[in-house]
Amino acid sequence: MIWETVRLSLRSIRRNVLRSFLTLLGIVIGVAAVIAMLTIGSGTTEKVKADISKLGSNLLVVRSGRPAGPGAPGGLDQVVRPLAEKDLAALVAHLTGARAISPASQKQVRVIFGTESLTSGVTGTDSAYLDARDWKLVSGRPFSDSETRSGTGVCLIGETVRQQFFGAGDPEGEIIRVNRTSCKIIGLLEPKGYTGFGQDQDNVVLMPLHAYQRRIAGNRDIDNIYIAADDRTPTSELQPRVEDILRDARRITPERESDFAIRDMTQIADAMASATTTMTGMLGAVAGVSLLVGGIGIMNIMLVSVTERTREIGIRLAIGAHEKHILIQFLVEATVLSLLGGIIGILIGLALAGLASVTLTIPFAPSPAVILLAVGFSALIGMVFGFFPALRGARLDPIDALRHE
Amino acid sequence: MAAGATLITFDKVWKSYGQGEAKVHALAGVDLAIRRGEFVAIMGPSGSGKSTAMNIIGCLDTPTAGTYSFMGIDAGRLDRNRRAMLRNLYVGFVFQGYNLLARTTAAENVELPLIYRGVASRERRDLAMQALAEVGLVGREHHTPAELSGGQQQRVAIARAIVTRPTLLVADEPTGNLDTARTHEIMELLTRLNTELGLTIAMVTHEADVADYAERTIRFLDGHVASDTMKLEMAQ
Ligand SMILES: Nc1ncnc2c1ncn2[C@@H]1O[C@H](COP(=O)(O)OP(=O)(O)OP(=O)(O)O)[C@@H](O)[C@H]1O
Ligand SMILES: [Mg+2]
Repeated sequence: MIWETVRLSLRSIRRNVLRSFLTLLGIVIGVAAVIAMLTIGSGTTEKVKADISKLGSNLLVVRSGRPAGPGAPGGLDQVVRPLAEKDLAALVAHLTGARAISPASQKQVRVIFGTESLTSGVTGTDSAYLDARDWKLVSGRPFSDSETRSGTGVCLIGETVRQQFFGAGDPEGEIIRVNRTSCKIIGLLEPKGYTGFGQDQDNVVLMPLHAYQRRIAGNRDIDNIYIAADDRTPTSELQPRVEDILRDARRITPERESDFAIRDMTQIADAMASATTTMTGMLGAVAGVSLLVGGIGIMNIMLVSVTERTREIGIRLAIGAHEKHILIQFLVEATVLSLLGGIIGILIGLALAGLASVTLTIPFAPSPAVILLAVGFSALIGMVFGFFPALRGARLDPIDALRHE
Repeated sequence: MAAGATLITFDKVWKSYGQGEAKVHALAGVDLAIRRGEFVAIMGPSGSGKSTAMNIIGCLDTPTAGTYSFMGIDAGRLDRNRRAMLRNLYVGFVFQGYNLLARTTAAENVELPLIYRGVASRERRDLAMQALAEVGLVGREHHTPAELSGGQQQRVAIARAIVTRPTLLVADEPTGNLDTARTHEIMELLTRLNTELGLTIAMVTHEADVADYAERTIRFLDGHVASDTMKLEMAQ
């Protein structure tokens, strides 16, 4: 009986293809907008999360200077005491729960090979850096401990640097000039792509910290200390330990504030993800309004349909249809119509999201839950907005209905 | 066809429309009985209340006052859905304007009352084919009304009316839209259904030669029964 009714309603929709399509437009646009927005939104969230995890997962980054926030003047009224090797040594000696601890000092420097040159992010660090940042080598080897200690002129380069100087060729063993010093390439870093902020993470040169300090920075400062938590330790637990050890090492008395800041990359990732989720939700609400408009369109066309088919209703009632049969017939028709709109909308929405994911280079992340919800919701719209016209049809007096026209 | 037990009775049936000054009495205290197996023609001038009476007989409508009983049931006091059930089980309708569903094949039109009876689709198909054969429409099962002549459309409507094996066939001017040749074909069909299946038929007509097919003629005038004559009695 229900299948019969569905078939019947499909037929009556087919009879009026253009009108049915125009009716559906509201639902199609609404559902397409919801699906596209939610899919693009969750793609963006994934992208942001992936970007942040490219920095290294479960990572704390320590830098000198006051922590930002209320109570921190953030000005330059105080001389900022940089991080130093003894701070790093204290962490290495006392910190538990860390997988890797590594110093890093950075500067944008001109790098030259032959007649080519490139301004690149040069980082002085040690062999633990790759581990701390979850970074692998495509070829070659990391710095040895002795190279780190003695500050030998060796370096690891990123993919962008390789392409600039060597194309697809093997850079290993070549000598490049960094600032006024030369260094020998001993390895190629795995490509990481761009960050969400458009920064090329592969335009980098890594060299031993001592080499960097002596030949490029000209001081003994450490800009950042990267601390990767081990699998058992959440960064929130690690952070106070790092703070204690550093306050101790830097001899900060209890009444004074810390003159360094610890950033928790996990927290930043979460905050950014929740910001995009909020955005997605708001856009979804806007799309919901267009679904409501679509529902009113369905109601309108069903009223027209009931009026047009008054005679048919009269025949059915005369022949023995009950009110509920007529009600169900038009309700099913409205639901099938709206469901059809929903399905077309989902397809268009996914196509739009697919297009956006290509142009915005975000992952294409369709959510089965969202799609199911859209299907259910469009069916519900059909039922809700189809109910009044269907009831009107069902309540018709058979004699009046037969006399209609 | 020999008449059996009483099928329907009108007991001082009134049907009124409108209020106060504008009040119209379509039926004004009609007393009437029709027995099982009878073939009754209803005649009378336009506006005399024939269609009103037919709608009540077919359980489509209810009297304003008086009692209408159908198979001993006080059908005038049943609710919509119960009357729908009565119609579906016991009454077949044939209208002047055929009233087939457009863009729907003959077979599907004939199946329609069976759908509301909850008959399974295979059985429905078989019964519809059988009914179409009975009205002489073999080979036209898959034509839509637009592809059929008026006479053929009326045959489809008759097939739809008899597919449920009803007790009563209500026909309001069934030949009103047909030419003479087609009229006589349809009337022969109805006569055959009356004699062969024992179908009780109540039929409105304006034409005397159509009424001649019936055994009994009831004439309406201004909402009253003006005359009620049996052909057999006249012949005797
Ligand atoms: N729904 C209605 N509202 C008001 N008056 C009505 C209604 N239906 C019928 N009438 C009136 O009742 C009277 C009888 O109508 P009915 O349709 O029974 O006539 P009829 O004998 O079938 O006429 P015809 O031969 O023209 O079909 C007429 O005066 C008509 O105007
Ligand atoms: Mg009439």
